Amino acid sequence: MEDIFQGYKGGALEVLKKYNVRVWGTAKISTIRGDFEGTILPRSENDDDQHIVLKIITGYNIGVDIITITDMKETGYKKANYKIPEKEFPFTDGLPNVKLFGTGGTIASRLDYRTGAVIPAFSPGELYGAVPELADICNLTTEKVFAVFSENMGPKQYMQLAKAIGKEIENGVDGIVIGHGTDTMHHTGAALTFMVQNSPIPIIIVGSQRSSDRPSSDAALNLMHAMYAAGNADIAEVMVCMFGPTSDEYGLLHKGTRVRKMHSSYRSTFRTIGDTPLAMVNRHKIDYIKKEYKPRRKDRNVTIKPYFSDKVTMFYYYPGMKRDTLDAIVDLGYKGIVFIGTGLGHVNKELYPAIERAKKKGVYMFMTLQTIWGFVQMFVYETGREMMAKGIVPGGNMLPEVAYIKLGWALGQTDDLEEVNRLMLTPINDEITEREPYNGYLLYQGGIPEVEEFIKKVHK
Amino acid sequence: MQKFNPVKNYQATRKTIAYVSRKEATLNDYKRIGFMSGLEVHQQLKTAKKLFCRCPAGILHDNDDYNAEIIRHMRPTLSELGEYDGTALMEFKTRKEIIYRLNNQTTCTYDIDDTPPFIINKEALEYALEISLLSNLNIVGEVHITRKQYLDGSIPAGFQRTAILGVEGHIQLKNKKVRLIQLSIEEDSCREISDIGHTRVYKTDRLGIPLIETVTYPDCETPDELREAAEYIRFLNRSTGKVRTGMGAGREDVNVSCKGGTRIEIKGVAHNKWIPELSHNEAFRQWALLNVQKLLKVQVKNQEKWKIKSKKIDPAELMLKNKLMAAIDFSDKEVYAVNLEGFQGILSHFTQPKQCFANEIADRLKVVACIEKPNMIHSEEIDGSNIKADLDKIKELLNAGENDAQIVFWGPKEDIPTALETIEERCIMAFDTIPQETRKSFKDGTTIFERVLPGADRMYPDTDSAPIPLANDYIESLNKNLPVEIFKRYEQLRKWGIPSDTDNYILKNNLIPVIEQIEKLKVPAKFVGTFFGHTLKNIEGKRKKHEDFAYNRIVKMFEFIQENKLHYAISKMMLPVLLEHPNMDFFSILTSINFKKRSIEEILAPVNYLNEKFRETNSQTNKEKVVDWIMGQLHKQATGNLELSELKTKIEKAIK
Repeated sequence: MEDIFQGYKGGALEVLKKYNVRVWGTAKISTIRGDFEGTILPRSENDDDQHIVLKIITGYNIGVDIITITDMKETGYKKANYKIPEKEFPFTDGLPNVKLFGTGGTIASRLDYRTGAVIPAFSPGELYGAVPELADICNLTTEKVFAVFSENMGPKQYMQLAKAIGKEIENGVDGIVIGHGTDTMHHTGAALTFMVQNSPIPIIIVGSQRSSDRPSSDAALNLMHAMYAAGNADIAEVMVCMFGPTSDEYGLLHKGTRVRKMHSSYRSTFRTIGDTPLAMVNRHKIDYIKKEYKPRRKDRNVTIKPYFSDKVTMFYYYPGMKRDTLDAIVDLGYKGIVFIGTGLGHVNKELYPAIERAKKKGVYMFMTLQTIWGFVQMFVYETGREMMAKGIVPGGNMLPEVAYIKLGWALGQTDDLEEVNRLMLTPINDEITEREPYNGYLLYQGGIPEVEEFIKKVHK
Repeated sequence: MQKFNPVKNYQATRKTIAYVSRKEATLNDYKRIGFMSGLEVHQQLKTAKKLFCRCPAGILHDNDDYNAEIIRHMRPTLSELGEYDGTALMEFKTRKEIIYRLNNQTTCTYDIDDTPPFIINKEALEYALEISLLSNLNIVGEVHITRKQYLDGSIPAGFQRTAILGVEGHIQLKNKKVRLIQLSIEEDSCREISDIGHTRVYKTDRLGIPLIETVTYPDCETPDELREAAEYIRFLNRSTGKVRTGMGAGREDVNVSCKGGTRIEIKGVAHNKWIPELSHNEAFRQWALLNVQKLLKVQVKNQEKWKIKSKKIDPAELMLKNKLMAAIDFSDKEVYAVNLEGFQGILSHFTQPKQCFANEIADRLKVVACIEKPNMIHSEEIDGSNIKADLDKIKELLNAGENDAQIVFWGPKEDIPTALETIEERCIMAFDTIPQETRKSFKDGTTIFERVLPGADRMYPDTDSAPIPLANDYIESLNKNLPVEIFKRYEQLRKWGIPSDTDNYILKNNLIPVIEQIEKLKVPAKFVGTFFGHTLKNIEGKRKKHEDFAYNRIVKMFEFIQENKLHYAISKMMLPVLLEHPNMDFFSILTSINFKKRSIEEILAPVNYLNEKFRETNSQTNKEKVVDWIMGQLHKQATGNLELSELKTKIEKAIK
């Protein structure tokens, strides 16, 4: 049966029932604070049960306190329609063929002004309706692989996605774009790098920091940048394509293994860590920053390695940490632990017995850094040397999240200690680099005259 | 057949629609054209911080005082029916690059939509609720933050966070009740620095300052009534003492229509005194456009198939002689001639003082196609600047008919398609609609096209904010501490006998509570009222007010006068000094104006001597004259020591 009281519960539900007024009904409500008139809207599940939501004639929403209601009358009824209009995505000879995979994140959408609901646009027709410029960039086909929020993306989805990509490459597409929520984009970037090896075409993960229902959203531009890069870039790697500066100027192509979300809400949140991005991209061109990359090829010889063990975890060290935390992880049966240590890769002595115990139980342990930038160097201090002796392997300048994904991927394939170590320490695509260029670490501080001059003169 | 003369046509059409200036206009004129008008009054609240972030509110910066710039483009979002709304489409057509100048002191990452909103400023919410209660509005049970889309870039997010606090209220004017639709609380927008070609520059200092908007029904039937409503709402807001004053802190959008016309919104009127002239001219502009419709029905037979005809021209090759075009460098522009079939007499049709229908097109070329003015000439210039030889060439080129009109416009190559579309669109609209617009106001009472009026389909819930319940006892507690309503204040002023020419000054500055304080010191309210509305207002116009000056100092001055048993009349002499030196000790002020405390006997001592002196030199012995003369000699010493009427009585007695 249809729910005619969407989201209402408790007191508010009682009141609606008492006066026989439905959601989507237009109603006149008398209260001790005066009269109100409008369309009854559904109520968000997490809001209280003391108010009824009305959309008044001027388009605004208000809430009416049920305690104040003295009478209520339904005067009409009009249910909202959620359908998004489709326009056929035009095929243009000579444009590259790009495949868009949907994972659940909203890339493009339109608003329902009656409900305020954001309706995702995903089919080529829907996307064309929302971002018509895409038709000038590529010929587009789409496929919804699954629908989960970014935070719910996990190993199962990585493997599913990797297989779908493999199939699509064999089908001969020129580039692949993956629509993705931004929170775990860099985890997926690493996972796909390991699972889809030797790709002949660009595989680009894209999303938006501001949802596409806002006029200032970065979604449309990100999508255009990603589609352009997928169809035209010479870089056949797994990449993330997001805003370079917060301004609507250009996007950056980041290597899937070196990229990280660095701000909770900024548009320019994705940064390449310990290196420069691969390229700058706008709607019409790509400016390559790095000279060396895996170039696009004509063949279709991709290798799909969809493996993952979920018996892997991360262990973020803090001063004063007790050894029982580590013991507990080991007792729960975890086989691989990525340590995130201080400084060059350290934890306190109190953990040593727990580390030895873990080692004895056959747990694979790797060290990464809280500093995010820089290399693990465990020879400098005795602590480091002691830890290595107890079985923790330094992870170079592998980012903690990347090391976690890689260890899960490695343990999904083998239990052999040497093989795990070999897989972990042999970079597939620069997850450990040989060198850190001077411009790979740039964190300018505001207030310093030359920095202020820079941000004033160059739009950021 | 007589030759068509645009200058004469302008005058003739002005006469046809019976335009009268506001000075000449009578109530009957407004009835004749069905003048109807309402207001959207914006008022900044006097809070320490902004509405949805913790930046300080109320600090303004010069255009060049900024630390960084960012760029945004606004994209329309599809509305419910899968269509772009009118404004949205127009804004998108203009392809504006919007640059924001950020100053770190007043702007954070929330302002540029790179950080989600913080919880709404509770201080602002409370002030706004007080004003809602004063406006007799029905207060909502729960505040829902809504996003209202703006694509002009005035808000970097592309939407303004706004929420309704109350609906269906009213204000009581002298002769009528004006109903209120609603009151909302919202974040103020950016200030525009420039808008040239495809680049618009804003500064973000004003962005996010808590603002309320009071919206009236279109109940005002004359421009004067409209102004009265505007003043009333302004005084009401100020009576709380919790709103900002000064440049731009209060602004009006004026909605005007005439019978058969449409709602036109005149944006951002900074002074209430401009309202009557602006609304008057706008109603008549619509009245004129209705006449244009009537004329076109006759002149253009097949309106449905009507199209412009255009041709790219080379002004140098054609050797056009008009002065305007001769002065323009066309090297980076293209020039087009456009024929408007059946439009003779329309381009020069009166719309506003010194403006004709052609202005409607030129304005849109600037705003929609981003072509800076001057952007066109036409065949019916009302300043008589047409050159016959030029027109003949253009007409020939376009193969124009007798009853056609022509436009020659120019602009960058990439803007030409939009420009052609814009001209055609505006002309076609003239057949049967007055396009819904927001218009920008000028001091002289005229307006120009600003944007297409956005529809209601641009509101949607802010998913970043939770609803805020307003409990009954909270609203009740606010209700108990409200200031007195403004119409009652007017009654109070009359009861006190304060002259009505002081009303504006007293209410504008929220001085009634101050008058009440001083009245308690046994100073007659009538004296205090004129003391503010005449004396203070007058001195403010002449002397520079010290930044520390506050009305509380005046209260203190009257307390001092009472404590020292002086007569309150001395206040008028002390005021100029107090205004310039508000921190000066009151005794020092008295010294500086040469005041000495004297007994009545001391003051009256020279009366007999003065009496004799007067009679010595004057043949007239009329007693009244004598008393007046002696008063003149003594009043300075007496002021502050005793009532002057008392002095007069005493003098009369003394000289018998």
